[in-house]
Amino acid sequence: MRYEQYIFLIPLLPLLAFALLGLWGKSFFRQYAGIFSTLLMAVVTVLSLYAAFNYFLVNGKAGGVYQSLIPFNYNWLNFSQGMSINMGILLDPISVMMLVVVSIVSLMVNIFSLDYMKGEERFGVYFAFLSLFSFSMFGLVLSTNIFQIYIFWELVGISSYLLIGFYFEKPSAVAAAKKAFIVTRFADLGFLIGILIVAFYGGSLDFNTLLARLGNASSPQSLSITTASFMGLSALTWSLVLVFAGGAGKSAMFPLHIWLPDAMEGPTPVSALIHAATMVVAGVFLVARLFPLYLFNGASQQVVVVIGTLSSLLAAMIACTQTDIKRILAYSTMSQIGYMMLALGVSGYVGEAGLGYSASLFHLFTHAFFKSLLFLCAGSIIHFVHSNEMKDMGGLAKMMPLTHLCFLVACLSIAGLPPFSGFFSKEEILAAAFAKHKFVYAVALFTAGLTAFYMFRLYFSVFWKNKNRLYAHRADTGPMMKVAMVSLAILTLVSGFVPFTQFVTADGKPFTSHGDLAFSIGPVAIAIFGLFIAARLYYTDNNRAEKWSQSWRFLYRTALHKFYIDEIYLFITRKIIFNGVGRPAAWIDKHLVDGFMNQLAAQTEHFSVRIKGLQSGKLQSYALYFFAGLAGLTLILLYFWK
Amino acid sequence: MSQIPLSHVLFLSTGLFFIGLYGFFTRRNMITMLMSVELILNSVNINFVAFNKWLYPQQMQGLFFSLFIITIAAAETAVAIAIIINLYRSHQSVDIEDADEMKY
Amino acid sequence: MNASSILFYLLAAGILVMGFLAVSSRKIFRSAIWLLFCLVGIAGLFFWMEMEFLAAVQIIVYAGGIVVLIIFSIFLTQKAGAELPRPISRRKIFSAMAAVFGFAFTYGLIRQFTFNENTSEPLKITVSEIGTKMLATGEGGYALPFEVVSILLLAAMVGCIVIAMKAPASPQKAAEKQKTIKDIQTPVLP
Repeated sequence: MRYEQYIFLIPLLPLLAFALLGLWGKSFFRQYAGIFSTLLMAVVTVLSLYAAFNYFLVNGKAGGVYQSLIPFNYNWLNFSQGMSINMGILLDPISVMMLVVVSIVSLMVNIFSLDYMKGEERFGVYFAFLSLFSFSMFGLVLSTNIFQIYIFWELVGISSYLLIGFYFEKPSAVAAAKKAFIVTRFADLGFLIGILIVAFYGGSLDFNTLLARLGNASSPQSLSITTASFMGLSALTWSLVLVFAGGAGKSAMFPLHIWLPDAMEGPTPVSALIHAATMVVAGVFLVARLFPLYLFNGASQQVVVVIGTLSSLLAAMIACTQTDIKRILAYSTMSQIGYMMLALGVSGYVGEAGLGYSASLFHLFTHAFFKSLLFLCAGSIIHFVHSNEMKDMGGLAKMMPLTHLCFLVACLSIAGLPPFSGFFSKEEILAAAFAKHKFVYAVALFTAGLTAFYMFRLYFSVFWKNKNRLYAHRADTGPMMKVAMVSLAILTLVSGFVPFTQFVTADGKPFTSHGDLAFSIGPVAIAIFGLFIAARLYYTDNNRAEKWSQSWRFLYRTALHKFYIDEIYLFITRKIIFNGVGRPAAWIDKHLVDGFMNQLAAQTEHFSVRIKGLQSGKLQSYALYFFAGLAGLTLILLYFWK
Repeated sequence: MSQIPLSHVLFLSTGLFFIGLYGFFTRRNMITMLMSVELILNSVNINFVAFNKWLYPQQMQGLFFSLFIITIAAAETAVAIAIIINLYRSHQSVDIEDADEMKY
Repeated sequence: MNASSILFYLLAAGILVMGFLAVSSRKIFRSAIWLLFCLVGIAGLFFWMEMEFLAAVQIIVYAGGIVVLIIFSIFLTQKAGAELPRPISRRKIFSAMAAVFGFAFTYGLIRQFTFNENTSEPLKITVSEIGTKMLATGEGGYALPFEVVSILLLAAMVGCIVIAMKAPASPQKAAEKQKTIKDIQTPVLP
């Protein structure tokens, strides 16, 4: 059990890096800031792998079930008996898996950034923020207590804000950072209300206690939370839906997804780390953490499925029309997270019924690697071409062979073609959906086809179209960038073969999942179909794509404008909230509140001007006042003093 | 002496006191203010002597008090006139309304 | 109603009237003269009360010293015949109110109080007795106040001189004065 004593180093080493680089990054570390941060992250990765090795393979199990270990739990704020905010470390299958994911991706992003951000003036600040993010994410996944997860949730939001707005001289970056923070903060309001409801009925803030009390139909807390109802829905439904709202905000689910495409204003390695692999899956992690409760309350699980499916379809449709490569990848992320939510929504609990749970987290695992690889390749392309738009690219296959190969590997993986990792995880999700809900399965299958289509549209447009295009100057991909990309590509290749259901399951008992060959034909076929359509439209220079977009004009334009969701939000905020709430509030503040204070001051001033005349400097006036006072005092003393 | 009750004498001294007070509040010339102060002091003198004569005829304290008051009044008048002359030099006027520096 | 009482009432009336004229007269010299008469009237009152020494001191010091001093200062600071400015009417009203109120209140208090007048034979106060008492150091002696008053008079004398002194001419100012005179006296060459 020795590894448990070193777990606390995993979040604390990045925190140390943040503190040191934040304070002395410019003055002391200068160009070594990146190496310092990377070395610490490498140590953290080794510790995480060691912990995972010990937990999963050596002694995490007791009686065949993976245990929930709490090596450290500090009682920080005590509210009442049993209800306290603790700061602790919880080790169970999903948190150890997340440790591995976050540390590996963070390490790769750190290595990539060594070359990508070279020459940047705020080099040390960047790595400080990266380390802050790593610390927050580790804290989030290791939380024992729902309030602790909320604290780290907000910390992750702050890190995201700082990193999106890293190029703060650009107004678009500042606006994007604000948007991300405000949307997620708004979602976190729901999260907080959900926490409060759950804590009130459950009588505790601790995860294990809450799950035991509220997930068990016979406990008194569970009875009270299910019978108390508000507007027709039980308190449990409200709380779980509100908590899911918080998760949906962070994971960019419909309708709180508007911040994710704009968040691409940040540096590309940041997008790889935060908005592809780690922060955006925090919502999935939260639902997985509270999974027994979602299962217990069927209504909230329905909500999860619906939102997940809708988000994945919507994002896939929008991605088909976008032209900025980072935006396409952002919508792709949203779509894949929709898959993960969908899988959680159709999952059961015991044994094979819990396939959805394992599939969701398996997809999280594989998606982290191939999506961050996609973003890093995109970063390498953007570094070369100095533009984000697809129309400025083309024919890069010969000029960037390594990037091309890595990108191809990742595209094949995301499309779900064997033997790449995406195939295994996506197939398990589709199997779980098929067992529960045929309609959801159908939508998911269609979305898989769309995924293959738009990813290969991107691939062909960037690497094969306009083969003889000339580029003004070449900025070569640095060695560190290559190292990161190749490592992630290797992981993408091998991670599919991890027998995930042996490690991460809903009830902790490992089981063997078997791939059904007949079943796999469907998704693979539709993926190849999507690939071919994309090849036909984009492999060579032709105008078939334009003709298609003309014939599907209405759908094309709607998808191009992202289904006008941003416009709806702007309308609501500008016309309704600003005019209806903001302006009157400002008026009241300026005229009533300030006006009252100003009047007080003005009246005091007038009064003082009047009184000023008393001190006229005239001797005889003073003498009169003196006499008047004397007479008054005498009268009082003689007649009124008892 | 026995025919005049003490209160009549005190009427005189009180009246003189408040006449002097009225003059002190009202007069604009500093020297006339000084004259009003002399009236006040004299009224006090009358008071002391009256009390001595009517209430304690065997003793002399009232008389001595009055003597000292006269002395001190003389010294005070001299100093006051020196101040008035000094003020006259700086303000070119002995109007009390012109000497209004005793303020902010 | 013997002659003594009539004399007292006459004196009292005279004192009050002349005091009022002193404070309300428009011309300053007349005001000073009314004051003089008032003080002499008070001296007369002291004579009537058989305090001859005090009356004499009153005439010498007050009427002969202080009023003369006041008249000197009048001549030093203004034209004696000029008419004095009227007081501000607001102040006149308030002062009159204050004086009347004060007088009524005080006299009311006096009236309420019954003085136990001692009708025993009054002491005949002679100058020698006053002198002995004044310089006596034992019980009831006034040697200490006498000495203190003399120090006060010394201080007052010095103070008056200092306050009323013209600012001493500095050598620089004297030199400036010299220069201007020389400029005036420079002969104009024909």
